[in-house]
Amino acid sequence: MRVFLSSHLRDYTQHQGEVAAQGATVDAVLRDLDRQYPGIMFRVVDEQDTIRPHINVFVNEGRIRTLKTAVTERDELHLLAALSGG
Amino acid sequence: MPASTKTKAAAAKPASTKPAAAKPAAAKPVAAKPAAAKPAAAKPAAVATRPATKHAPGPTTTGPVTLLVSTIKGAYQVKSNADRTSWTLSDPKHFGHEIYHYVADPRDAKRKIQLVAAKTGHLGPTIYRSLDGGKTFAESTQPPRFPAKKGEKRSVQKTFWLTPGHATEPGVWYCGCDPAGLFRSTDNGDTWESVEGWNASKKVAAYLTSAGPSPGGLFLHSLIISADNPRHMYLSISAAGTFESNDAGKNWTPLNSGVAMDFAPPKTDGTEYEVGHDPHCMIQSAIMPERLYQQNHCGIYRLTRPEKTWTRIGNNMPKEIGDIGFPIAVHPRNPDMIWVVPMDGTSVWPRTSVSGKPAVFRSKNAGDSWQRLDKGLPKKGWLTIYRQALANDAHNKVGLYFGTTSGELFASADEGSSWTSIAQHLPRILAVEVQ
Repeated sequence: MRVFLSSHLRDYTQHQGEVAAQGATVDAVLRDLDRQYPGIMFRVVDEQDTIRPHINVFVNEGRIRTLKTAVTERDELHLLAALSGG
Repeated sequence: MPASTKTKAAAAKPASTKPAAAKPAAAKPVAAKPAAAKPAAAKPAAVATRPATKHAPGPTTTGPVTLLVSTIKGAYQVKSNADRTSWTLSDPKHFGHEIYHYVADPRDAKRKIQLVAAKTGHLGPTIYRSLDGGKTFAESTQPPRFPAKKGEKRSVQKTFWLTPGHATEPGVWYCGCDPAGLFRSTDNGDTWESVEGWNASKKVAAYLTSAGPSPGGLFLHSLIISADNPRHMYLSISAAGTFESNDAGKNWTPLNSGVAMDFAPPKTDGTEYEVGHDPHCMIQSAIMPERLYQQNHCGIYRLTRPEKTWTRIGNNMPKEIGDIGFPIAVHPRNPDMIWVVPMDGTSVWPRTSVSGKPAVFRSKNAGDSWQRLDKGLPKKGWLTIYRQALANDAHNKVGLYFGTTSGELFASADEGSSWTSIAQHLPRILAVEVQ
C-alpha cells in the first residue's frame, strides 16, 4: 500500500514523502516500514504499541488510534505530525 | 568530558593534558557537625569530613575548549582559542530536535565518541551517536525502551541524562529517562537494555510514587558511577530523592537523610521522609569520591561518605540570597571548591536571578562560606539556569560555563571570578558539557 509521510519522518526515507509497505493491519504495515527504514516505527509508536500523542495516523481520510485497524492494498496510510502547540 | 563533574568516568585522559600541578586540598580532620539547620548568619563551621581517600588528581587540561551545548532546538558546539578568550559557534546539529544531553566520552582520548539524547515535539525519544567527534551521527539501533512484558505500562517519554561508564568499562554508557527509567549500553550507545534492578524493582516503584512527578516529569538524572568503584552508583530523581547502589544497580537504597522537604507536611511522628525529595543536581568529586554535593529544591547539601546524613551547607549562604537553584559544580582537583547559581525561591518561586542581579556563588571550603561572583555578568537580568547547564573544564585555572533559558552562554576563565558572554540568541539552553 502507499504510505505518505510528513517531513518529520523523511530523514528515514531518504527524503521521500511517499513509500510502499505491506501488511493486513496498520501494525503490520508499520513493522514492514520499520524493516525498510530502521528506527522509524519507534518514533511514532511507543513500546506499549500506543501511537505517540503528537502523531496522527490516517487510513485514507479517517484518523485511527489503534494499530489493529485492518487495511488493504488499495488503502492509503498517512503518518502525519499533529497540530501541536499552536 | 572529565572536566565536568556531572557525569563521572574518572581517570580518562583528555586530548590535551599535562601532569596535574594542583595539589588536592587536604581534608580537615574535624568532627562532623550535626545535620540540623543553623541560622544563615551563624559563623561557618569547619568542614565536616574525614581524611580523604587518596586519589591521583585528575589531569590538568590545556589549550582550546569545546563546549557541547544542548538546546530545545538542536545541539551546538562552541569552540575556543587556546587561551579561551574568543569563541566560535557552530551551526546546529539535529536542528529542531529537543536535545536534553550531549556528552563526549572521556575514556576516548580524542573525544570522538559522542552521544546525544533527543526527541522532537512530535517524534519519540532516541539516542544519536557519533564516532567522529560530532561531524556525523547515526541513530541508535535500539534506543532505551521499557521491556515488553505483562503488566508493563510505562513508555520512555524523554531520554534525559547520559553518563559514560567507569574508566575500566569502555563502551558502557547509562541513560536516565522520563519516567524514571535506567538503561545501560555496552556498545557505545548503539543498543540499550533495561537495568532491571531499578526498572523492575517493586521497592523502587514504591519510592517513585511517593510524591508524584515534578512539573517537568519524573525523570532520572545525576547518575554517577563512582570514580573509585564501577559497582558503586548514585542517582537522583525529581521528585523521589537520591539513591545508592553498591552492586552495579541490582539493589538500591534511599540516601536522603538530612534533606529538607518543605513541600510536604512534617511527619506526625517527627521522623524524616525516606523518599519523595527533589534533588535538582548531584555531583561527586573526582579526586575524593566519598564527597558528594547536591543542589536540591530545598537547599544546598554536602555529604562525605560513609556519612549517611546530608549537611545543609546552603544555610551558610547570605540570607537575602538563599540556597535555591538548579546546578552545582565541583573543582576537578579540589573537592572543597564548588559553585552554585542561586535563583529566586521566594513567593511564587520565579526561579530567576535573585533580585534581578545575576551571580554565581563559590565556596572554597566545601560550603562553609560563600563568595559572590558577578563581575562581567549583567547588572540586571532575570536568568534561569537549568540543572545540566553549568559545566567546568580542567585547566589550571578552571573554566566555568553556564547557559540560560534565554539562550545566552557565559564563560569564566578564572574559576568564576569574572565572566564574559560568549554566545547569544540561542534557543533555550538545556545543558552544557565540556567535550
